[in-house]
Amino acid sequence: MGENEQCSCGCSAKNNEKKYYSVSAVGRVSAEAGNINIIPTQWTLRDRIGEIRVRLDMGRMNYAVAPGVYAVGNPDHQSPVLVSANYKLSFDILRRELNGLNVWILVIDSKGVNVWCAAGKGTFGTDELVQRVKMTRLEKIVSTGKLIVPQLGAPGISAHTVQELCGFQVLYGPVRAKDIKKYINAGMKADSMMRRVDFGIIDRLTVSWLELAHAAKAVVVGMLFLVGLSMFMTRIPGLVELKGEIRLLPILFLASVLAGTVLNAVFLPYLPGRAFSFKGGLLGLAACSGIIYFSGQYLPVISYCSLILMGSGISAFLALNFTGASTYTSLSGVKKEIRYSMPVIMIMIFCGVFLEIVHVIRRLL
Amino acid sequence: MRLRYLSGVVTLAYDVNKCKGCGRCVEVCPHEVFSVENGKAKMVDKDACIECGACMKNCPFDSIRVNAGVGCAAAILASGKKGKVVCGCEDGCC
Repeated sequence: MGENEQCSCGCSAKNNEKKYYSVSAVGRVSAEAGNINIIPTQWTLRDRIGEIRVRLDMGRMNYAVAPGVYAVGNPDHQSPVLVSANYKLSFDILRRELNGLNVWILVIDSKGVNVWCAAGKGTFGTDELVQRVKMTRLEKIVSTGKLIVPQLGAPGISAHTVQELCGFQVLYGPVRAKDIKKYINAGMKADSMMRRVDFGIIDRLTVSWLELAHAAKAVVVGMLFLVGLSMFMTRIPGLVELKGEIRLLPILFLASVLAGTVLNAVFLPYLPGRAFSFKGGLLGLAACSGIIYFSGQYLPVISYCSLILMGSGISAFLALNFTGASTYTSLSGVKKEIRYSMPVIMIMIFCGVFLEIVHVIRRLL
Repeated sequence: MRLRYLSGVVTLAYDVNKCKGCGRCVEVCPHEVFSVENGKAKMVDKDACIECGACMKNCPFDSIRVNAGVGCAAAILASGKKGKVVCGCEDGCC
């Protein structure tokens, strides 16, 4: 996304009136540019609760700290300056790793969004960084003339332009905050492991819960609808024989949702193929077949096909949506996947619903 | 195990003639797409590129071009066919 493309949803206007979360100071340093708060590296209970809340998608878009300069330890004019986004969780994770160091943190206004996403949107960008350096009169605070910007901010920052505009040289720090101490101790050098973005099991699980939380509303509505539908249908005299399979509907729906979100995230590296929708579709197929098998019911072919088509279609679609949460998909790649998979997913769900209707009508006649 | 997405799709283009071998692209790339050999950058793993645009933005010699954006199906589907893909921060996909 280019530098001039602002977020079209109008969030920047709204965010102007945002109230910032305060960070309690443990002291103050007086610098030429004014007094600067020293912040603790330990988390309080409030910080912990805050993390759990935003991980569950509660108030995540309003979790910001005030931009500006903060101090950790007892920094002086020779201390390193670490640049951070003003998403409070990013800021908290950074400061937690700084125990024992004497550094400055320059928080820039990324509209309360984390470094990577804000860099993609351009809010964690060259202009904001340059302005913030000037506004805080950073050259009065340090004499090193250097800024350590997290590497994941690089899609929004043009290092040579920053140097041209405000004189500060940009050094790209490690991807993860946990490597920052090692990076500083190595004389601002990052090895290739510090530069690489992975998508390990912990990362995948963390973001998959968010994915599930996003789908939660649709899932609750869908479940209520299916439970109601199955209660209604099982009372129709002609459908008594179908009782068992009708009752399976809500269970299979829930299984498909879990297969397309959490299970897909967990098994991502071990599933065949590269397209997310293919992986998710396979999981939906496995989950639905397994449940039908273990329910011990004998289903006619038409009904079996219908349930499997609907179930794997839902899982495939949800898995496709996981591309956004993953760390290794490209815009061109996802566009291609959508082009091929969306028609298939739509046909699967349509055929599944159609077959089920045919099946039920045939019973009634 | 290293995860890999579809191959042969990325829009990353690199002009070796403009390159002065400063190594910024190697530094900013999160997926080790570039490496510097004999004073010039080289694309060693183009298919690993996620089109984040960091290399293009940080190349002082303007030798890298990529159609940068987010590989997010929800954002692409929401933006429809009409135009640019914009990550909607309201629904907060990231």
